[in-house]
Amino acid sequence: MNNPSNTSSAPPAENARAIADSLRRYWRSNILIMSVLMLIWAAVGLGCGVLFADALNQFSIGGYPLGFWFAQQGSIIVFVLLILVYCVLLNKLDKKHHDELESLGHETRSAGPAGGEG
Amino acid sequence: MSVKFWTYLFVGASFALYLFIAWVCRVRDTKGFYVAGGGVPAAANGMATGADWMSAASFLGMAGLISVMGFSGGQFLMGWTGGYVLLALLLAPYLRKFGRFTVPDFIGDRYSISTSQTINHDSLLHRIIYNPARFVAVLCAIFISFTYVAGQMRGVGIVFSRFLEVEVNTGVIIGMCIVFVYATLGGMKGITWTQVAQYWVLITAFLVPAIAISIKLTGNPLPQIGMGSTITPGNPGEGAYLLEKLNAIHKDLGFSSYTDAFGFSGESGSKLLNMLFVTIALMVGTAGLPHVIVRFYTVKNVKAARWSAFWALLFIALLYLTAPATAVFARYSMINSINGTVVQKQEDKPSWFRNWEKTGLVVWLDNGDGMMRFSNGDDNEIYNKQPLPAASGLTWDQLLTDHAKWTVDNTQGADARAILRDNPDISAATKKKLKGPDVDIIVLASPEMAGLANWIIALVAAGGLAAALSTASGLLLVISSSVAHDLYYRIGNPNASEKSRLLLGRGVIGVAVVVAGLFGIYPPGFVSQVVAFAFGLAAASFFPAIVLGIFNKRVGTVPALMGMIVGLGFTASYIIGNVYLGMPTWCFGIAATGIGTVGMLLNFFVTLGLTPFFRAPSPEVIAMIDSVREPEKEGPAVMIETADVH
Repeated sequence: MNNPSNTSSAPPAENARAIADSLRRYWRSNILIMSVLMLIWAAVGLGCGVLFADALNQFSIGGYPLGFWFAQQGSIIVFVLLILVYCVLLNKLDKKHHDELESLGHETRSAGPAGGEG
Repeated sequence: MSVKFWTYLFVGASFALYLFIAWVCRVRDTKGFYVAGGGVPAAANGMATGADWMSAASFLGMAGLISVMGFSGGQFLMGWTGGYVLLALLLAPYLRKFGRFTVPDFIGDRYSISTSQTINHDSLLHRIIYNPARFVAVLCAIFISFTYVAGQMRGVGIVFSRFLEVEVNTGVIIGMCIVFVYATLGGMKGITWTQVAQYWVLITAFLVPAIAISIKLTGNPLPQIGMGSTITPGNPGEGAYLLEKLNAIHKDLGFSSYTDAFGFSGESGSKLLNMLFVTIALMVGTAGLPHVIVRFYTVKNVKAARWSAFWALLFIALLYLTAPATAVFARYSMINSINGTVVQKQEDKPSWFRNWEKTGLVVWLDNGDGMMRFSNGDDNEIYNKQPLPAASGLTWDQLLTDHAKWTVDNTQGADARAILRDNPDISAATKKKLKGPDVDIIVLASPEMAGLANWIIALVAAGGLAAALSTASGLLLVISSSVAHDLYYRIGNPNASEKSRLLLGRGVIGVAVVVAGLFGIYPPGFVSQVVAFAFGLAAASFFPAIVLGIFNKRVGTVPALMGMIVGLGFTASYIIGNVYLGMPTWCFGIAATGIGTVGMLLNFFVTLGLTPFFRAPSPEVIAMIDSVREPEKEGPAVMIETADVH
């Protein structure tokens, strides 16, 4: 793994802890958002759409039995919304922590060679 | 104007458009060839992913399958969309941040035994031994893509043969030429922009007939709402809710209810378990398919990778939310158009039935009363010409000749229905498939069933071709990159020049097109099962390795490799044993399509169980994981020319 040459000087020592802390908080928030969304994903897709569809079928919306609606319509709509929420939250989180890190003098490493319209 | 005229017009115009785009986007370097130069906007990438994803099977086969399966058809809908949530949340942003070309690249770097600086990888053997994970991943990627692409070429052949009235094989060859030209010319860039065009062709072709039927049947222009509405006057069963009416018809004809779900106990419980496992296998398989994952390398940055996952699912959902409505409309129109139709001369049969009868995908075996009947009982008269096992000694020609004699005078000839029902050499699964029209014609025939205009019927043909071609070209590119980049450049010859890699990439596409075409012309007879195979393998191999690679810093090479091998080995042997060697479904009665879920769990279990006993990844790899987990700034990251390795 070759890291691209980082030309800027290392950040001052007192910032190092703040940087590590910021990175840790970023990752923890990321995991939290992800876990909540994955929980909803499983509850709607596998729960309402498969496991409890039979029980839900005794209710209906319009001409749809509810369990059937979840299996063939509702779950898909929820999936789209989940990704939308994830995009908005994570891009916000990214920006917040990136600004924070930059003010601490931490240059975001770039992992690989791709990127840019080279 | 005739269907044929419109078909030539739509298919010709759309093909001209695809070739024009390929010419405009032709590329000269490997980065443009494999990842479209990393500069595709998120929404366009979403559309391309959608077209890449929605194959001939999604476009032609899925609604037909749902219309036969009813509620449990939801496993395809949820499986093939729910996987994008996994992809968006667990994989896409991190793989984009990692920023190499392919999935084996990630697995190879994350699970390398040591990095290139410390050991001199000067021989082929060294490069394999010191990076076995990459080698296994390359083989998986090539195998998964090939199994998938074979089905696509067959799909192209079927659509051509029906609408251009050529042989299936001629259709396959025309498709091969088209794919070859624009895949080699444009690489990923050409394919991406062509797929954007193909997305619009295929989604229009899917939505227009669904909307037209919905208006006709329920008066509501939104098929998703029409499906849950009441039937408008002028149609059989007017005033009742469409789904309730369909359930009532199903009950009368001996089919199981269309909307009923499964309970927890008895036979219903085992169906529930199977549906659960198939759904999970399809979800995880989707997130592990290399031609889908590679899409997220083609965008500018991590933010765009997240958004393009959203756009992709949104564009896919347009089709997937409509397919169940098409399924219900088609089921309802089909049963109504067949049952009770008295046939004195050819023209009395429904027109869609006459057109498709020629292909053998639907056939009427009358009981002698001259009235058509489709049911789930012994009085069913609607069949399709599935290939009959050689052991049975039956041929369709003979069956039909004897049956024709029998209908005139039942002391002569023989009742083909009784023969098909009672022959011990025909498996129960085939007997089930023999009844009713072939599921693959439902989407193509639904506009005709509902009596829509000729241009709509032709539009569906252009859409089916767009779906098959876009998926085939995306897969061919993955095969090409696996061979030229992962196998040749990363393993075989790291000193290869840009030019020779590009040349090899194009050459491999050429060879892959020919091989895929041969699979299309001489289908191995298991194309549909092979697709399940691809999903199971992707679920059991790539997905756990990538997820653990990102979210667990402790997992090292050996556990990950063992996990992949166990997951893959278990899944492959279960599918092969079950489908080809007649083994029973010994694992809790789980069908071959759902076994990928068990393989995936095994993979996670083995990898995590072995982890404490083996060495942790090297500091270089830990640094790489850390960098993938950092927030990324907006805008383009590193310029390709200034990066160290490419």
